[in-house]
Amino acid sequence: MGSDATTTLLAVLAVDPVALGGLWLRSRSGSHRTRLTEALHRLSLPLPLVRLPAHAGDEALFGGLDIASTLGSGLPVSRPGLLDRPAILLLPMAERCDRALATRLAQALDRHHHAVIALDEAADESEGLPTALADRLALFLCPDGQDEVLILPDPELVAAARRRLPLVKVPHAAVRDLVAACDVLGIESLRAPMLALTTARILAALAGRDVVEPPDLAQAAEFALAHRAAPMPPTPEAEPPPAQPPPETGNDDAQRDGPEGTAADILVAAARAALPDEVLRQLDAGRLTRSGRGSTGTGAARAGNRHGRPLTPRRARPSAQARLDLVATLRSAAPWQGLRRDAWPHRAGQALLVAPSDLHVRRCKDHSDRVLIFAVDASGSAAVARLAEAKGAVEMLLAQAYSRRDHVALLTFRGTGADLLLPPSRSLVQARQRLRGLPGGGGTPLARGLELALDTATRARGRGMTPTIAVLTDGKCNIALDGRPDRELADAQSLQMARAIRNAGTSALVIDVGQRPNPRLAEIAVGMGARYIALPRVTAGRLAGVLESALER
Amino acid sequence: MTQAVARIHPRSDAARARAVYPFSAIVGQEDMKLALLLTAVDPAIGGVLVFGDRGTGKSTAVRALAALLPEIEAVEGCPVNSPRPEQVPEWVTLSSSTIVRRPTPVVDLPLGASEDRVVGALDIERAIARGEKAFEPGLLARANRGYLYIDEVNLLEDHLVDLLLDVAQSGENVVERDGLSIRHPARFVLVGSGNPEEGDLRPQLLDRFGLSVEVTSPRDIETRIEVIQRRDAFDMDPDAFLANWRPQDLGLREDILAARPRLSQIQAPNTALHDCAALCIALGSDGVRGELTLLRAGRALAALEAAPAVTRAHLRRVAPMALAHRLRRDPLDEAGSTARVARALSETLP
Repeated sequence: MGSDATTTLLAVLAVDPVALGGLWLRSRSGSHRTRLTEALHRLSLPLPLVRLPAHAGDEALFGGLDIASTLGSGLPVSRPGLLDRPAILLLPMAERCDRALATRLAQALDRHHHAVIALDEAADESEGLPTALADRLALFLCPDGQDEVLILPDPELVAAARRRLPLVKVPHAAVRDLVAACDVLGIESLRAPMLALTTARILAALAGRDVVEPPDLAQAAEFALAHRAAPMPPTPEAEPPPAQPPPETGNDDAQRDGPEGTAADILVAAARAALPDEVLRQLDAGRLTRSGRGSTGTGAARAGNRHGRPLTPRRARPSAQARLDLVATLRSAAPWQGLRRDAWPHRAGQALLVAPSDLHVRRCKDHSDRVLIFAVDASGSAAVARLAEAKGAVEMLLAQAYSRRDHVALLTFRGTGADLLLPPSRSLVQARQRLRGLPGGGGTPLARGLELALDTATRARGRGMTPTIAVLTDGKCNIALDGRPDRELADAQSLQMARAIRNAGTSALVIDVGQRPNPRLAEIAVGMGARYIALPRVTAGRLAGVLESALER
Repeated sequence: MTQAVARIHPRSDAARARAVYPFSAIVGQEDMKLALLLTAVDPAIGGVLVFGDRGTGKSTAVRALAALLPEIEAVEGCPVNSPRPEQVPEWVTLSSSTIVRRPTPVVDLPLGASEDRVVGALDIERAIARGEKAFEPGLLARANRGYLYIDEVNLLEDHLVDLLLDVAQSGENVVERDGLSIRHPARFVLVGSGNPEEGDLRPQLLDRFGLSVEVTSPRDIETRIEVIQRRDAFDMDPDAFLANWRPQDLGLREDILAARPRLSQIQAPNTALHDCAALCIALGSDGVRGELTLLRAGRALAALEAAPAVTRAHLRRVAPMALAHRLRRDPLDEAGSTARVARALSETLP
């Protein structure tokens, strides 16, 4: 995106940020990024720009009792939260924004008093903005030029556009083209065409027009649709009919194949050209990891009381597990001092009158223990040599997992069944012993192995752990669930099981240890929502490295 | 937080953001709309769970319902919307006992709400300023006789979920804290919405909802265009749009009002009871809550359609929303529970 386009995008944002939801600014730290952020502050926005604290809690967002003023004045003084006043919220480290915050911001956006500018530092390709938020922000900006000069939009122009905006009309064809373009780009959410339409309307107003015209739509597609598109499949011939929307969708309009079809094409082309495919792929990867299955490697966060950053304290009795939060307790007791002094004359000598109901305990974000479930193919087709390497790799990982205090489970599948050799455990010694005696040979009951892996994962989850499944196989499954040799059925069942793993929300990883990459296994990995890694010439060290880096993310 | 909008959108000069999209203008999503209407006819059906894709109008529908619902009669100024003066809880001091009409409460429970704000707590202001011990009612009190709406219900904190379950089941909110001992009625229809990608709902909570509907983005281009155009028309000129849809919304309100008194007269013939039981057995749903809800929903639908009795067609229509969320999950069945209900329907109730 050139600097002209960046200027236009900033102008669009400045005209009506609330209607647009806001901007997703994806950029690594650097001088350009700093310049952009500074530019945002100098932009003639209609609302104040407020920087959210990283990991803003409910207290910061929704306000609360101002303890100092309350004690000073003897009257309850509440402090407003950041969401109490209309504002444009600058969200730093948006890629690390947790779901709780994202949802609160999304709900605030739905009330149409705020806009969000999400600063996504994109440290890692699998990180991205939480989908609840990404879906509601119209604009996306991913600056590539490091040294280009940034020109701020003319405030006069922005103000004029703001005045003109209510008059801008949208022709029916424009809506049709945007919806058709979304369809081709594989964008499902209905917010996308809606936000693109708003963008186009603002662009028309900026250009001094009263009607949205094709150039406005094309630019809106660049700004608001490009980053939502599903990445193009690697082989271009795999997608022959982008021009034609699915035929069953009522072709009552004779003009469908006429100029309008090409109009949608132009939008698609504009959106496709706006972002390099590589960026799209990264965004897509981020979406995949983000979408609920949280394979973030650190285990799903839950409220515990030992580690991590603090959550809001809760009213409760302190105990061995729950430590007293002194500040919150005092805060709770403070407003009542006057009242209690009158009510409890027998405690008049005490400086501070604390009631049992004042006690608050500290709560912190905790990370649940991870458990790595290795499902190892020990069949005849996974040759003995590779099996040995797999064992070596698992052993190395076990050692690392042990030092990280992860749990490890090991199961193998061969012949007609699958065995859980090692239930989730931290015992390295035990794991080594079981691994050493690992027998090989026989058919490949992949479905059975996956079933057992899922079962183990579900049980581990029930005990508060976060499971990750690593499957090591060549994917040449030939034994069905009932133990009969039936290649086709085995294949279908494996895929079904893989989907069940995905539906259970368990993160997974598939290592193809076959001599040649097996496309069918890659399909199964997709069904599982897992990363597929082919390692034809595998060594224990390399395998361990790959597993390690894949599990880290 | 309360959607005090109501009264079928005669909106004067309120800000554009306060306008509520009209219920009848929602394109498609028939199941979601029907489920909400059924609870408006018979609140005893229990809550509604709306689960589905982003941007499918889940929140829009609930907020629109608030504006659609008929008014209730309540004692003026009563924090729990008591219908008659003698039913006002004793901790309330009221200056008047006039009965006024007010919109059916639809209360938003925001994710960040504290326990105090939900159940109510000591009124700090009065305690400090006047040294009085008074109860400040919470969201549960405001929701009495109406709806309690939780967006992103799957992200609600566990202790709040437990509390809500308890109150929803007993119909009463009991507060024992800060030296207060307060109880008040809290009968409300729980409406939850969420996106399954963000996280699952605990089975205990799932079962507590009477009806559940899945919403998906429409695939068909024409429908999608219609959605965008209506939304755009609404955003550009809310007043004209609301005026345009007013007759339809009023018609729906009439339907609800007419259906309520009919409810008790709707026959449930033995064949219908038999159908309910057969379907639940075929699906292997736990307990009888499924059958009861199925029958209730069928009866509400019959009342809404002004039919004299519950027929098999009624049951077939409401069975997916009454039963789909009560089935045990089967990891091998990727089609999902809605498809299982559909399959069982075609087998047992042809």
